[in-house]
Amino acid sequence: MTMPFYSSVDQLLRDRSELARKGISRGRSVVVMTYAGGVLFVAENHSTALHKVSEIYDRIGFAAVGRYNEFEGLRTAGIRLADSRGYSYDRVDVTGRWLANTYAQHLGTAFIEQQKPYEAEICVAQVGETAEGDQLYRITYDGSITDEPEFVVMGGTTEPISTKLKETYAAGLELDAAIAVAVEGLQTAAAPGNGAEARVLGVSALEVAILDRSRPRRTFRRLEGSVLRELLPAANRAEDEPSASGEVAGGDDVPAGGGEG
Amino acid sequence: MEFRQQDIPGLFSGQPPVGHQSAFRALGETSFTNYVAATQPHLLPGRMPDAAVRAQGHGPEALGVPHGTTIVALQFAEGVVIAGDRRATSGNVIAQRDIEKIFITDSHSAVGIAGSAGIAIEMVRLYSVELEHYEKIEGVVMSLDGKANRLAGMVRGNLGAAMQGFVVVPLFAGYDLDQPDPAKAGRIITYDATGGRYEENLGYHAVGSGSMFAKSSLKKLHSTSADLATTVKTAIEALYDAADDDTATGGPDTIRKIYPIVVSITGPEGAVQRPTDEISAVVDQVVAGRTENPGG
Repeated sequence: MTMPFYSSVDQLLRDRSELARKGISRGRSVVVMTYAGGVLFVAENHSTALHKVSEIYDRIGFAAVGRYNEFEGLRTAGIRLADSRGYSYDRVDVTGRWLANTYAQHLGTAFIEQQKPYEAEICVAQVGETAEGDQLYRITYDGSITDEPEFVVMGGTTEPISTKLKETYAAGLELDAAIAVAVEGLQTAAAPGNGAEARVLGVSALEVAILDRSRPRRTFRRLEGSVLRELLPAANRAEDEPSASGEVAGGDDVPAGGGEG
Repeated sequence: MEFRQQDIPGLFSGQPPVGHQSAFRALGETSFTNYVAATQPHLLPGRMPDAAVRAQGHGPEALGVPHGTTIVALQFAEGVVIAGDRRATSGNVIAQRDIEKIFITDSHSAVGIAGSAGIAIEMVRLYSVELEHYEKIEGVVMSLDGKANRLAGMVRGNLGAAMQGFVVVPLFAGYDLDQPDPAKAGRIITYDATGGRYEENLGYHAVGSGSMFAKSSLKKLHSTSADLATTVKTAIEALYDAADDDTATGGPDTIRKIYPIVVSITGPEGAVQRPTDEISAVVDQVVAGRTENPGG
């Protein structure tokens, strides 16, 4: 048996953080925000099969960025936990706060105990009975959890999107206005691997879903095809190009390459 | 070789997963029932403590648990209709006058239950979560045959309780979204206590204590080419006939305004419980008809 090299805990955690951050910043971005009618999820995603946004429970939605297999595992675990709790207690006892805490516990433990931390960042959103009850929780790879009052930007290059949203976001926007704010925010980020050329994201480049306050029971609804096109800003409606050849449509936006990229 | 995530190396390695950890380990599992069976088996319906299994000879009569009665299902031109009376009995006593025995289980299916009410309602609750769980995890709706088979599995799981007298007999009605012809898309599936699954191809079926009378009525009245309004009326006629001859089936209670529950399942609208106003109007029609001619 060989003696392990000594490395300080501080160094170990820094290395892990760096690995996780790199993985998360490689892909395309997701924006989650509250609007007048509930919660809006907008992801840049060319795939119609491998989703970044999902329903978890009646009033709870999920968005994630990073390594697909890792956040997919987190998503299905969330559905299992929520359904188990709703079945053994009652449907109203499944809350976003509880689920976000459970995720934070799991990610925090994995960050310290597992050989490799999760290269994923997730957002758990809950739509309330009124706008004041809407909740957005951001949970990062190390189990840090934050309660965001307005919007969450995750994955890829977040700075230009956050900067843009800070200027344009307002509470209580209507759905089409909120989608415009989110899409224009996403467009400020350069495509992964590409230069800083201006982009226009059309229906086929977006994955959009809402938690609709007005719906009874299951509030999650995807906005796709012509429904989505009608809601997009005029400049984006005409745009409907499939992703450039040679580029993956979804899942892991950029091959991970063993964490060296 | 088993395909399973490795244990977390560290302090607790080798120990079984605790609390929420199991949810993060069940790789590729899409069934909620299987997940519950593996992690919280005591939550499954019909699971009986050992003491109850040993106590032979004390069936539902001794415990006085309520019993659900008649359910009918009818195929028609646009889909399928399922309806049930509102009575639950315990021996010769009416346990509940306004019990609901028809449950919408997802957007295009519904289940009616006859038999031991407590276990049956719990089973349907688990079944609804099962369907929703699959839909959320997979991102697509389960096929109609998949839904029918999952229910068969649950009835089979209740066999132990059934042997003690707590039999649950569900009646499944669903709209097959893969079937382009609406006249063929409405499907009725019945079960026996062992989980046997039987497709009803004649366009109607009934379960529960009044089913014999309801089926005789449907045989004469029902046509699979009928429209929705006619089919709803035929369903209520059949329940009336069941209540007429079976003491355990409740007829429409016009004094207390308790009417049968009727659910229609069609392609565009999905599973919809018909509103009370609509049913009360049909019941009035049926009762008026019976006043003229009690035989219908």
